[in-house]
Amino acid sequence: MATVTLKPIKTPELIFEGYSITPDAFAGKTAQQIAGLTGHEGKIVTTIGDFFEVSGNAGETAADTDIIINGDCARVKYIGSKMTAGSVTVNGNADMYLGGWMKGGKIYVTGNVDSFCGIQMQGGEILIDGDAKNHVGCAYRGDWRGMKGGTIRIRGSAGNDIGTFMLGGTIIIEKNAFIHVAPHAEGGTVIIKGDVEGRVGGQMVKGDMYVLGKIKFMMPGYQKVGTVEKEVDGVTQTFDHYIGDLGERHPKSKGQIVYANLYLKAAA
Amino acid sequence: MASRELIIKGGFVVDPARKIDGDVGDVAIKDGKIVEKVSSSAKVIDAKGKVVMAGGVDVHSHVAGPKVNAGRLMRPEDKFRAGIVRGNMAQKNGYRMESGFSIPTVFKTGYEYARMGYSFVMEAAMPPLLAPHVHEEIHDTPIIDEAALPVFGNNWFVMDYLKKGEVENTAAYIAWLLRATKGFGIKIVNPGGTAAWGWGLNCIALDDPVPYFETTPRQIITGLMKANEYLGLPHSIHIHQNDLGNPGNYQLTIDSLKLAEQVKPKNKFGREQVMHSTHIQFHSYKGTGWADFESGAKEVMDYVNRNKAITVDLGCVTFDETTTMTADGPFEHHLRGLNHLKWANVDVELETAAGVVPYIYDPNVKVCDIQWAIGLELALFAQDMSRTFVTTDHPNAGPFTRYPRVIKWLMSKKAREATLDSFRHKDKVIDATHIHGIDRELTLFEIAQMTRSGPAKCLGLGAYYGGLAPGMLGDVMVLDLNYKDMPKDPEKIEAAFQRAACFVKSGEIVVRDGEVVSNGHKKTVWVNAKVPENAQVKRDIAQSFTKDYTVDLINYVVRDYLAPHPMVIDVEVEA
Ligand SMILES: [Zn+2]
Repeated sequence: MATVTLKPIKTPELIFEGYSITPDAFAGKTAQQIAGLTGHEGKIVTTIGDFFEVSGNAGETAADTDIIINGDCARVKYIGSKMTAGSVTVNGNADMYLGGWMKGGKIYVTGNVDSFCGIQMQGGEILIDGDAKNHVGCAYRGDWRGMKGGTIRIRGSAGNDIGTFMLGGTIIIEKNAFIHVAPHAEGGTVIIKGDVEGRVGGQMVKGDMYVLGKIKFMMPGYQKVGTVEKEVDGVTQTFDHYIGDLGERHPKSKGQIVYANLYLKAAA
Repeated sequence: MASRELIIKGGFVVDPARKIDGDVGDVAIKDGKIVEKVSSSAKVIDAKGKVVMAGGVDVHSHVAGPKVNAGRLMRPEDKFRAGIVRGNMAQKNGYRMESGFSIPTVFKTGYEYARMGYSFVMEAAMPPLLAPHVHEEIHDTPIIDEAALPVFGNNWFVMDYLKKGEVENTAAYIAWLLRATKGFGIKIVNPGGTAAWGWGLNCIALDDPVPYFETTPRQIITGLMKANEYLGLPHSIHIHQNDLGNPGNYQLTIDSLKLAEQVKPKNKFGREQVMHSTHIQFHSYKGTGWADFESGAKEVMDYVNRNKAITVDLGCVTFDETTTMTADGPFEHHLRGLNHLKWANVDVELETAAGVVPYIYDPNVKVCDIQWAIGLELALFAQDMSRTFVTTDHPNAGPFTRYPRVIKWLMSKKAREATLDSFRHKDKVIDATHIHGIDRELTLFEIAQMTRSGPAKCLGLGAYYGGLAPGMLGDVMVLDLNYKDMPKDPEKIEAAFQRAACFVKSGEIVVRDGEVVSNGHKKTVWVNAKVPENAQVKRDIAQSFTKDYTVDLINYVVRDYLAPHPMVIDVEVEA
């Protein structure tokens, strides 16, 4: 394994689009070559070296490459996007599209992330110690093919539109979420450990949602069908089981209609 | 001022309009037009070892207006799927940014057509009420000349006149509407069916009644065909028949085509057909459902081959994720029920409707593969290539940027077999189609007939476009293909048609080595049919605009500033 360390040396005037900050792009390159990899600032083509001091050479392959960014990346977009292996650690905050379209490997951010974290992700792991803004693990605007696999864990809270059009994978929000949890989803699992304002599972076809806190405004398209014991993220608890969205189309499997499941932690 | 003279020297000229097939020669251009010869100071383009053709003519493409924009609005992901939008070739050269794949922006539309050496494109369905929008987009599309066909097949005036058999009144109304909308000719989409859609119904047979209007698709098609020839318009009626896209529709298609036997062509533009049947691939289906779906290309083309009064365009499926859009409102609703994707539906008052649905032609789906085969079979069964044109019904069966791929498939059995081999259900596709047994490979001459001289003649524009005779517009494409030594690798054919080695439009070099080097000088082509004053039609129009329309007549007409570079084709109609 080889480690490449990036240290921010300049805050971009606009936003630096760091789509080259991935183990895949770094693989097989020296620190000097990595500094020459391109990015965009507005319409101007810039390089990683314009904004970061690069030290350490990358490994032969993405899987052999760990990237550590020591400093704030609140104005650096697309970190780790489309990566297939290896790891990226950001000791600070990160901007939009962190880990977007990611297929494998690990991303760890000690601070907060902006919107579109893990958009249309297919595999790998994203761990955020802080909060995430909107559109965690969602589909691209207009697209009906959302997150397919992998895991996103936000230790803090998240905004709206979590797991839009999700087809697979797991999203865990350890604190609260705002509105639109798994809208239009047709698979996958979303776990919210805190409270949600509302619109949980709107137009959801298939998939599972767990809410361990309270839902302030319940969707009218969900119906309670029982109370069940479920193990969630390693802890077994009692949940009220709802099915829905009853206003949406649903597939059949072995003669049974398949609904989306909402497991809401039962009152103690 | 730079020389207004150009000479394209020493290429293999392929010009079916003058029956020239690969002779080495020069093409001279002066002041935007082709001339016999130019002075020695003319700018020289060396075409030695390359093929020289006229600019391409697209007879049917959806490139401007409200339904295209509805597609752009509802599919932001289409822009994302197009890949990196910054730093595209044109922008690198200092031209406008391009984006979008199946529903590209106006800039990308103009640039991509130009890179493919196309000089004229027909917007295939203009809702008359929204014609100003169509013209604004046309004006913003660089380089290529364009015209638009207003839709008439579900228009209240037309249906009212035709149920009473009033061809002259229909013609007077058409002449007025073409002038009001700066339109080119008569488009018919699902005659009667789109009007029926207002009641949630459809017309899927020639004698299905159109609710309220007490007419039928048969009456509408025949009546509009007669009105077209009464006026002597450059183009014939241009029809998208009833029951598009459904298994078993080939019989209805042939029955509709046979209506052309009742009318003779009458015009001063050299046009010989009375009916142009568009995207005929979608209308050449056998079978009783999707399970026994099969090709009806042979049956349909056998009829087309026998009837000289018909031209067709293919509507080839290209295996892309695309965006379907048509004035056939009920069809789009039906399609949405098949693929569960998003759907837009619009009603245009007294005139038409439209629907938009994304669609993925997946090579692993048997039905898509059979559709692909049908599109190509129609061309390969055709006997007269000057009546059979390359289209993808952009963007319905695929984006227009795939024409070079369609040309590759038509010119190379090897390329067709390679695609067949990639299918998961190859054997089932072979059973349901003819394509595997067809050895025919089209020549460059035949491709030029299908993309140049043929469509130009069909549109009545053969004096201007699609050929290289002196007096015609100076639109010339140089292709990186050696006529005497055609590449063994079919991919090279596709590449040559995708990016012109050089494209001269209106006497100006607009593309060099596949890159846009000028925004060109585009024109909007429209038809001014001058008919004798018809008091009744005038009164009917005035009355309808006070009673039925949401806009006033004065706000309906397309103002001149919306088409600031017009090329008006005048038609004098005797009483
Ligand atoms: Zn069309």
